[in-house]
Amino acid sequence: MSVATDRAVLQQNRSPRGERVLRALRTPSGAIFVLVALLFLAVLAANPSFGEPGSLIRFIGRTAPIAIAAIGQYFVIVSGEFDLSMGSVVTAQVIIAGNLIGQDESRTIPVLALMIVFGAFVGLVNGLVTTLLKVPSFIVTLGTMLALLGLVLFWTGGAATGNPADSFRQIGRGGIQDVPVLEVLPYPVLILVATAAAAFWLMRRPYGRTLVAVGDNSRAAALTGASVWWVRTRAFMLSSLAATAAGVILVGYAGVHPSVGQGYEFTAITAVVLGGVVIGGGRGWVLSAAAGAFALELLFTLLNFLGVESTWRDSVQGAIIIVAVAAASRNWQRKRRGASSRAHDEHRPIAAPTPAPGTNEGGT
Amino acid sequence: MNRLSSTHIVYLVALATIIAGTVLVGSAGRNFFSPGNVSDILTGTSILGFIAIGQTLVILVGSLDLSVPYVISLSSLIGAGIMANQPGNILPAVLAALLVSALIGLANGAVVAGLQVHGFIATLGMGLIVSGYLGSNYQGSAGQAPLAFRLIGATGIGPVPVSTLIMLACAAVVLLMLNTTRLGHAMYAVGGDASVARMSGVRTRTPVIAAHVICSTMAGLAGLLLAARLGVGSPTIGSQGGYDLLSIAAVVLGGTLLAGGKGSLIGTLGGVLIFAMLDNIMSVLQVNPFLKDVVRGIVIVVAVAVYARRKVVHRPARFGRGPAHDDDAPPPGPGTSRQGGPSRGDGTGARDEVSA
Repeated sequence: MSVATDRAVLQQNRSPRGERVLRALRTPSGAIFVLVALLFLAVLAANPSFGEPGSLIRFIGRTAPIAIAAIGQYFVIVSGEFDLSMGSVVTAQVIIAGNLIGQDESRTIPVLALMIVFGAFVGLVNGLVTTLLKVPSFIVTLGTMLALLGLVLFWTGGAATGNPADSFRQIGRGGIQDVPVLEVLPYPVLILVATAAAAFWLMRRPYGRTLVAVGDNSRAAALTGASVWWVRTRAFMLSSLAATAAGVILVGYAGVHPSVGQGYEFTAITAVVLGGVVIGGGRGWVLSAAAGAFALELLFTLLNFLGVESTWRDSVQGAIIIVAVAAASRNWQRKRRGASSRAHDEHRPIAAPTPAPGTNEGGT
Repeated sequence: MNRLSSTHIVYLVALATIIAGTVLVGSAGRNFFSPGNVSDILTGTSILGFIAIGQTLVILVGSLDLSVPYVISLSSLIGAGIMANQPGNILPAVLAALLVSALIGLANGAVVAGLQVHGFIATLGMGLIVSGYLGSNYQGSAGQAPLAFRLIGATGIGPVPVSTLIMLACAAVVLLMLNTTRLGHAMYAVGGDASVARMSGVRTRTPVIAAHVICSTMAGLAGLLLAARLGVGSPTIGSQGGYDLLSIAAVVLGGTLLAGGKGSLIGTLGGVLIFAMLDNIMSVLQVNPFLKDVVRGIVIVVAVAVYARRKVVHRPARFGRGPAHDDDAPPPGPGTSRQGGPSRGDGTGARDEVSA
């Protein structure tokens, strides 16, 4: 009996691993991986050379900033909030790098440290105003978005200025040379893998579990002793730090330009939602959010290869997210109904032992 | 402070803005109340006013509309395109533009209410679809509004521009609808708690769809007004203005809960007025255009923080907790879905905290 009380595992979690994977693939968070695989096959059919290791790794490198931004946005969305300031943070960081580093390579490290502190600070402000002043995060981050972009453009006079040293730009455009099979292993890929691994680890830590609980039902989480405000504030900081990382990579790719981060927040939210994460919080897996970013980029690549005019990209993206979310919302509901009835099967080990005949349960 | 509704506070803030404006504009050697300046401010309220009226309804039912900028652009293009400088074409052009806008709203509403997609995603997607259409079919400004139509954007009765009068007339009609008709009450009910509304016998889909249709139609009107002002239709006029987020900010500034179910149109008009006066003051003082955005951003957050804190501190709890806590209700029995109502159950990012 003690074994059963230690681990009262739901029936669906006691199935063999293969069955559990199959079941996971039917949830929106799992289905995104099927979608990525299908899109990849479609791109491959349209252009077989896409599958070569070299071009594939470059594609992953190209997608890295948006995938990192999606991972950051995931933390905020799963806790039940929004971060609209992401695009402005990306722009601000890009311009900070451009203006402060300049051609002086020795400044790379201090400025990088400054950017990280700045990113964390923006997230801290977003989080504290949201949680302590009780302003809806939509409004807070909208305000930060306007104010931050305005400040940065005021600083530079609205023009693209500054050009960071080449060593700094190497983070975004360079890579480890002479890797077997791949030829070159771009640094953005390494940063993405590290970010994804860290996020995966974090979501399995008590912090990650609490974050999801807060997003699902903040009052219940507060009653169980979680400090909701600090959990959410840290989610905002993680989001701004992810935007910082995306900005650092984008300096290398796109260079310094005030419109670099434009619309990044909506792309990131689209990727997260495409990954089956529910707006309002409490549902979804962090790696699915990253997979959502890949699905989006694969979709654009496919449209490119098929010769669809780039102006229609928006329309396809719009239609896809509506369809995906409509399908996901049906799926989550069906799964919930199914899960709750399945959780009550009679074979489930129950913590309370059945009283042996003769003992007096009532305590009289 | 205790007894004041948020609408009162909006107008107190507006009054404070007027006083600050009088002092600041006066110190720059100009008169804040000169007919020219008043006309300027009122002109500034008209476009954002139209959009904010519609956005208020959509937010009241617990959704959002991010597709307005693209509807504005589309409507201005359709209007100016059909008019083609022929005064006889004005009526069909206006009707066609409004019809297309209403259809987009209908699609938004159907996706939100029927497919249970969150309003944020549904309208973001719809906006992208329209934006793709605009980008593919229009390279630049197109069409030509005839002089008779352009006069709407240019004339005024005394210092009050005609466009503002039309906006106020629309506001009056919508206000009447909200406060006296069954549909209006149903909008509040559905926004407050969709499942409770459903159990009280309210059809929860109709108000959501109606709100989206009205919102898009209002955005269409704003697009036509912009076409009247510019004389042409433009595919970027809506997104340049950032009207989606600004209108949401104006609505929340006006004291409407982002989570839905609580708010007033009068407050929204106050929010729009505050924005217009801020813009005017900063223009007169020749503030750097980038710093204008900084000021706007800070004002939005600070102003909303004032109401949000007030609600937290001062409002006595009714029935134990505030009404917006729909999904924090006692746990439903096994087998019931937590996401009971269309799009409301899972709330927006702003959910609940405001009224907690």
